[in-house]
Formats: sequence, structure tokens, C-alpha cells
Amino acid sequence: MNPVNYLYLSALLFTIGAAGVVIRRNAIVVFMCVELMLNAGNLALVTFSRMHGNLDGQIVAFFTMVVAAAEVVVGLAIIVSVYRSRHSASVDDAALMKL
Amino acid sequence: MNALAQAGYTTSTGEATQFWVLAVFAVAGALGTVLMRKSVHSALCLAGTMVILAVFYLANGAYFLGVVQIVVYTGAVMMLFLFVLMLVGISAADSLKETIKGQRVLAVLCGIGFGVLLMAGIGNASLSTFDGLEDANSGGNVHGLAALIFRDYVFAFELTGALLITAAVAGMVLTHREKTERTPTQRERAAQRVREGVQVPPLPAPGVYARHNAVDIPGLLPDGTPAELTVNRTLRDRGQIRDVSARALADLAAIEQRTADYQGKALEPDTPADDDGDGAVSTNAGTAGTGTAGEGEGQ
Amino acid sequence: MESLIGLLVAAPLLGAAVLLCGGRIPQIDRTGHWLGTVLAFTSFVLGLVLFADMLGKDGEERALQSHLFTWVPVEGFQADAAFQLDQLSMTFVLLITGVGSLIHLYSVGYMEHDERRRRFFGYLNLFLAAMLLLVLADNFLLLYVGWEGVGLASYLLIGFWQHKPSAATAAKKAFIVNRVGDVGLSIAIMLMFVTFGTFAFEPVMNSVGETSEGKLTAIGLMLLLAACGKSAQVPLQSWLGDAMEGPTPVSALIHAATMVTAGVYLIVRSGAIFEAAPDAQLVVTIVGAVTLLFGAIVGCAKDDIKKALAGSTMSQIGYMVLAAGLGPIGYAFAIMHLVTHGFFKAGLFLGAGSVMHGMNDEVDMRKYGGLRKYMPVTFVTFGLGYLAIIGFPGLSGFFSKDAIIEAAFAKGGTQGWILGGAALLGAAITAYYMTRVMLMTFFGEKRWEPDANGEMPHPHESPRSMTIPMILLAVGSVGAGAFFDVGERFVHWLEPVTGFEHGHLPEGLSVAMVTGATVTCMVLGVAAAWLQYGRRPVPAAAPRGSLLTRAARRDLLQDDFNHVALVKPGEYLTRGLVYLDHKLVDGIVNGTAAAFGGLSGRMRRIQNGYARSYAVSMFGGAVVLIAATLLMRAV
Repeated sequence: MNPVNYLYLSALLFTIGAAGVVIRRNAIVVFMCVELMLNAGNLALVTFSRMHGNLDGQIVAFFTMVVAAAEVVVGLAIIVSVYRSRHSASVDDAALMKL
Repeated sequence: MNALAQAGYTTSTGEATQFWVLAVFAVAGALGTVLMRKSVHSALCLAGTMVILAVFYLANGAYFLGVVQIVVYTGAVMMLFLFVLMLVGISAADSLKETIKGQRVLAVLCGIGFGVLLMAGIGNASLSTFDGLEDANSGGNVHGLAALIFRDYVFAFELTGALLITAAVAGMVLTHREKTERTPTQRERAAQRVREGVQVPPLPAPGVYARHNAVDIPGLLPDGTPAELTVNRTLRDRGQIRDVSARALADLAAIEQRTADYQGKALEPDTPADDDGDGAVSTNAGTAGTGTAGEGEGQ
Repeated sequence: MESLIGLLVAAPLLGAAVLLCGGRIPQIDRTGHWLGTVLAFTSFVLGLVLFADMLGKDGEERALQSHLFTWVPVEGFQADAAFQLDQLSMTFVLLITGVGSLIHLYSVGYMEHDERRRRFFGYLNLFLAAMLLLVLADNFLLLYVGWEGVGLASYLLIGFWQHKPSAATAAKKAFIVNRVGDVGLSIAIMLMFVTFGTFAFEPVMNSVGETSEGKLTAIGLMLLLAACGKSAQVPLQSWLGDAMEGPTPVSALIHAATMVTAGVYLIVRSGAIFEAAPDAQLVVTIVGAVTLLFGAIVGCAKDDIKKALAGSTMSQIGYMVLAAGLGPIGYAFAIMHLVTHGFFKAGLFLGAGSVMHGMNDEVDMRKYGGLRKYMPVTFVTFGLGYLAIIGFPGLSGFFSKDAIIEAAFAKGGTQGWILGGAALLGAAITAYYMTRVMLMTFFGEKRWEPDANGEMPHPHESPRSMTIPMILLAVGSVGAGAFFDVGERFVHWLEPVTGFEHGHLPEGLSVAMVTGATVTCMVLGVAAAWLQYGRRPVPAAAPRGSLLTRAARRDLLQDDFNHVALVKPGEYLTRGLVYLDHKLVDGIVNGTAAAFGGLSGRMRRIQNGYARSYAVSMFGGAVVLIAATLLMRAV
């Protein structure tokens, strides 16, 4: 088997994640789909690392994880505060630029 | 894992098998994340996919990342997700029913186009050989990573540190709610209730006398219809109302039927209360089942 | 001496400035009219001084130049504020200031009871100043300033009683009709600048020979249009009759000394251009001939004494324009008739004013009659003016009009016969309508009627401030013609400026025959009028009259013609333009706006606020980007 299959898998997961972002309305699920996309990207980076025989890809994936962690913290905090003000976690309910 | 030691054109058969088996689950998990109606199920599916991805990292020689994936993502991040799910609760947003016209069609079209193009690109890239990580991992994967992080990428590393601090502060700032007013006392709340005049007495208790006392069973009104007001609002919002009125009414009807048979009298075709009750019950049962009515209120 | 020229204009201008801008000072209110009169006389005295100085020189050296300042100092466009006082200008200066001063004096009495008398004198002074500027300018641009000033002053004076809607309308009409002429003058000046590169009279006239006839014809016709506007010639004659809405002294001023003479002055002044453009010259004579008949016919039908006189003015100016169109054989006679006309027409108007003054401002001649006993001075002076205008042998009108008729015949050929015949016919009609005015006003039965307030008029002689000017003007009416004609004095006086040549009457005509014909025509006209109005009592209500009479009462349908030919099409044009504006211009604008609005309304649906919609757009964008990238790689 060629490791390129990991890339195919990564592309597939990324696409599914992207579709999920657009399809789902619950902000938390949307957010999970974003995480899925990030993970798919990480898989591609790790595979690249292996294919090129150096660790730079893994380093980037590592940074991606760190940034994703930070993003999750901020994103979820935003979701919570939006929920507090609108009593809804639906991204469609936040369609106006006012409360 | 020893397949990683080989440089060349293919991986070991074991890895191939592992890939093909786990890849199916990974895709299934991803689809589950997108398609599961309840967010908790989505979160669990995602967690599964992430664990499988961790295995793939390990298979690709990224031992450190594989562990970090499990600890940070599956452990911390997913926990955070579940926490927030718990805070936010369940709502109409969980419905898979599309509200924006053409959104789903567009999403699917774009998704298919995106995936096909991406894969075509990968297939077009003629990646037939690969180097493997034997040399890079010769001093240990963690050592190799550390050498890079603290030497070549030290600046980026410092920056991510700053980013994390910022994120931590941001999380606190965004979720912190300052209490600016005094909590009203019970007396004040009672006074307000009277002023508003919507629901002056305390809410009625759930359950049906002498039959059911579970909190998810609404009390019945004199005509036999369930009173949703008796059920806790969270349950109402989630649509988790167990309606037993239909059965009670059916029992009643059966008793009356039997009585009529015994007395040899024909049952009067329609007792108004009976009929109304039936209709109302069936409607309410239907709504409770799909949960839309409850969700509507929840919004 | 040159510096006095500026003072000529400055004196009345100062009067206008003090009277109009002097503020609410009681002293000015009380004595302002005398200030205006004195300044007008000052101007006249200055004119006399300059005249005396001029007489002391030889004919060719009499012209004076006075350069005030360079008005527009631009490279390639030099306009000077400079005066030129030659014999032609001097004639006008004396006429304007002389007659003007007398009218000022007369107005002191006439406007005695008008509370806005001060303003009236301010306007009169402004009128004089503008007119003097017009005749003294040494270039067409400065002349144009005076020209517009005259238009403004006439507007203010005709509409002086602006509380009367008819006066306000008449003022507006005069102004607008004059504007048509002004446009002609401005076009002529522009053409001149393009053709000659200058506005000054002398360079323009000297370089006429180097220019094509077509251009000169165009300039000449535009100048004629201007002259028609100011001098009330056909087709721009319609304002003159309505201008009678102004106070009578204004009518006298406009008709005798200023305003209407400006057109004649312009044509004579630009004589060189017309001589080099025979077509334009021919048009000038035709306009003159048509107008002299037109005015005369209108004058026959009017019962309003002032309007009858207005028709007469139109007719007499027609004579002058006709003469001016004849070239060097006519210029001097045009100006001579202008001066004599200035005397007798001013006298007639002042006489009419005096009559109205005594008759409670009644203007209908059918309600006069038998006034000769009640206002003898007016009767005598008016009568002398009357004899002068009909060309009674020996009085001034006889000499000037006879000369014009001779000159018209002397043009030669068919044109000469037609023009001469028209002038002769005009003389007959003039005698008819003036006799009619005379008979209806001063002779016959008393036909007085109570005025609007029910008061019976008590005709009386006017105060001395009114009669003295009338007497002086009557003297001029009687003697000026003979004085000018002796030894062709006037002709020689003007010759250095306008040139002169004796016309030669066609075969079979002699001077005596023409004079005889003129006198015969005059006698016939008087006799016809006497038969109609002297022998029989004048009906108090106007009879229905023939078709021509009725048309003439309506000013020969000039207003109807203007209404149909100009006003109506103008209205339709305006309506069409408004329609176009609403439908087309607004349609385009609104349509554009609506298109954008509609488009935006549709585009807005894309901006629905749903983050997921935007995400789909991004997703689609990403697809396109990847496709593009792959495509570029593949290519």
C-alpha cells in the first residue's frame, strides 16, 4: 500500500467536515466539523512528513493542534456567550447583527 | 509498526490491512459526526474518528503526535465539547431539517466537487515513492521533534505560547458574567408572578395520580388531555415527555365498553369528552414524539 | 474738454445713485426731484459747452476722444471704457439732455402727488445716464452696456405703477421683447469680434472693406434685429403700445428723446457695415417702410390718446429707419427727422399728459372734446406739434419728412418707387390720424364722463412746470426744421461722421413734384379726418368698424400673431420638454435607480445573514480555486 491512501482518506474526511459545517445548524456540531477538518489536515501533514522523510510536517501538525486547542477554547466561549444572550445555539438564529 | 523501518514503495501488509479496516470506521465516524441528530452522538462519533486518526499517526511514525492526539483532542478538547453541550442543552438546532432553501443541495454539490477535485489532484501528483521516517526518527521521534521545535521553530513555539495564554484569558472574559443585580428573594418573585398574572399559583406537579409519578409524565387535565405545564421545562425542550394519557383513556373506553356489553346496552356513539380527549391526545402524542412542539417552545 | 464728456454721463448717474441708493433721508425725499432735474440740466449745460467748443473747430477735427480706463485688459481681447463725442453723438447728447431735462421739469409737476416721486426721478436719471452712455461709447461693447441700461430703465419706468397688473405686464413685455433685440446685438458684437478682432467703432468701420459681404450681412441683420427691439420696428414692435402703461413723461422720454432713437443711432453709427452689405440695407428699408405703415394704421384706430401717439411714434421711427437704410443719402435726414420728431413728439406727449392731468387721467379720446377753451396753452402747443408731425409746410416735420420721402424716391428703380410710395402713403395716414386725435380732443362737443370715482372732470390748464417745457418744445417743433434746413446746415454738420451725397430723383420727378405730392397727401389725410370727425359729432362709443379697423384696434393682431407664432409653440415646446424631462430624463434616472434597487433587492437575498450560506459560498469558492489550480497545472 502506498501512504498516498492516507491522503485520500484525509481529503475525504476534510470534505465530509466541510459539508458538515455547511449543513449542520447547531453551532457546537459545526464546530466539531471544523475540528474534523483540522484533523484531516493533520493527517495529511503527518503523511507528508513520512513521505518526505523529515519531521517538519509533524511540527506543523503539532502547531495546528495547539492553535486548534486555543480556537476551541475561544470558539466554545463565544458559543456559550451567544447562547446566553439568544438562548439558542443555532448558527441560523444569529443571522442579525443585533440581538 | 516495523513496516516503518522499510524505505521504498509500499508499506507492510499489516499496515495496509489496518488502514483499510480503520479507514472505513474513520469515514463512518466522520459521517456520523455530520449526520447524527443529537450533538452528543456527533461528539462521540468525532471522538472515535479522532482515536482512529491517532492510530494512523502512530502508523505514520508520528508517535508523539499520536499520543498528543489522544490526550489533547480526544481527552481535553472533546471533554470541553461535551461540557459545553451540557451547558447549552439540546435545542431545535439539532434538527436535521434544512431551513435555508437550496443550502443542502449546494453543500452536497460543493462537497462532491471539492472531494473529487482534491482526490484528482492527489492522484495526479504521482506520489509513487516515499522516504519513510527511519532517518528522522533514528534518535527517537520525540527527540527529533524537540530538536526542531526548540531550534528551528522556537519562535513559532513561543508565539503559540502567547496564543494559548490569550485564548485562556479570552475564554474567561467571554464566559464570565458579572453579577450586577441582587438575586430576587422568594417573596419578590411571588410578587412579580402576581403582577405578571400569567401563572400565579405554583406550577402543577407531574405524574398521574396513583398510576405514574415519573417527572417526564405530564399530569392530566380534567378532560384527560396531558398538561405540559406540569413537566420540567428542560424535558419539554428536549421533547422527552412520556405521554400516558392515551393509554388511560383507552383503558377507560374499554371499561365503558365492557360495562355496556354487560348491561346489554349499545354504547352511545359519542361522548363529547371522550372524543375530544382522543383527538387531543393523538395530536399531543405526535408532537411529543417528533419533539418539534417542544423544540418550538425551547427556541 | 475731453474730461467733460465723462461728466455728461456722470451727472445723471450721480443723481440716480443718490436718489435710488441714498437711503431714507427726509431731505432727499423732499427735494430729490429737484436734484434729478438739476443734474439733468447740468448734463444739458455740459452738452452745450461741448457743443460750443465743437463749433469752434473745423468739421473734421470736431470729434473728441476720452479714454477712461481699460475695461478688460486681456491679451487679444481689449475692451476700453472710452468715449467718443463726434457730431452724431453731439446731436444725440443735445437731444437727450435737452428734451430729457424738459421732461424732468415737466415731471416735477406731473408726479407732484405721487409718493414715490423720488424713485421716479432716480429712474429718469438712470435712463438719461444709460442713454448718454449708449451714444457716447466709442466701442460696441460699452454701447451694449448703455443699451442694456436703457432696457433696464425702461422696464423700471414702464412698470413704475407696478401695483397695476397691466403696468407690470407691460414692463415685462417691453423687457422681454427688448431682450430679443439685445440677443441680436450681442451676437452682432460677437461676430464683430470674431471678424475684426475689436469692438471699437473706428477700426471696425475702417476694416469693413476687407471683409466678406456674407459676414457683414450677418452682422448687419443682427444689428437690425437689435435696432428693431429698441426702436419698436416690425416684428419687435409689440411692446411699444403697452409701454403707455407708464407715466406720461416716461412715454414722452421713451418716444422722443431716448430708447426708440437708440435703434436709429445704432444703424447710422454702423452705417459702413450696412453700406457694404446691400442685402442687409434693403432689409432695413423694408422694415422701415412696413413699420411706418403699420404704426400709422394702428394709430388711426386707437381711441386711447397715448396709444394713438404710440402708433405715430412707431410710424415716425419707421421713417427714420427707412432713411437710415438708404445709405449716405438718408443718414442725415434720418437723424434730422429724429431730432425734429424728438421735439414735436415730446411736445405731443407732454400735451397729452397735460390733457390727462386735467381730465382725471382719462385717456379715451371719445370722452374728451372741446378742450381748446379750457386748456389754451396745451391746445396751442399740442396744435403746433400736430402741425409739425403732419408736415405742415414751414414747420419742422415738413422739412425732415419731405427730405426722407425724396431720398426714398431717390433710391431709384422699383425699390425707390415702392419705398417712396409707402412713405407718401404714410404721410397721408399720419395727417389723418393726427387730425383725428386733434379733433377728438380739442374740438367738437364736450363728451366728458364721470371717472371711476364718479367725479366729473374739471379741465384746467396745467401748472407752469408743465407748460413751460411744452412751450419750449413747441418752439422747437416749429423752428427746428427750418433752422436745420437753411443751407443744409444739419447735413453739413453731420457730414464728417456719416457722409452725405445728394440723391438723384428718377426721371420724370422733380423736388417740387415730390413736395407737392407730400403736401397733397397731407391735405387729403386732414380732409378725410375732418369729414369723419370734424363735421359729424364723434360717437361716445366706438362704432364696430370695418375688419381693418378692428384689426388695427388690436394693434393689427400683433399680439395674436406673437401668441400664435411664439407663445403657443413655446408653451408646447415647454410642455414637450417637461414631458421629456419627466418621462425620458427622469425615466432614465428613476429607471436606473429602480434597476439598481431591484437588482439590490435580489442581491440582498444572497446576503441573508446566515453564516452557513456564506460558508457555502466559501466552499464553492474553494472548489473553483482548486479547479483553477489543477487546470493551470494541467495546462
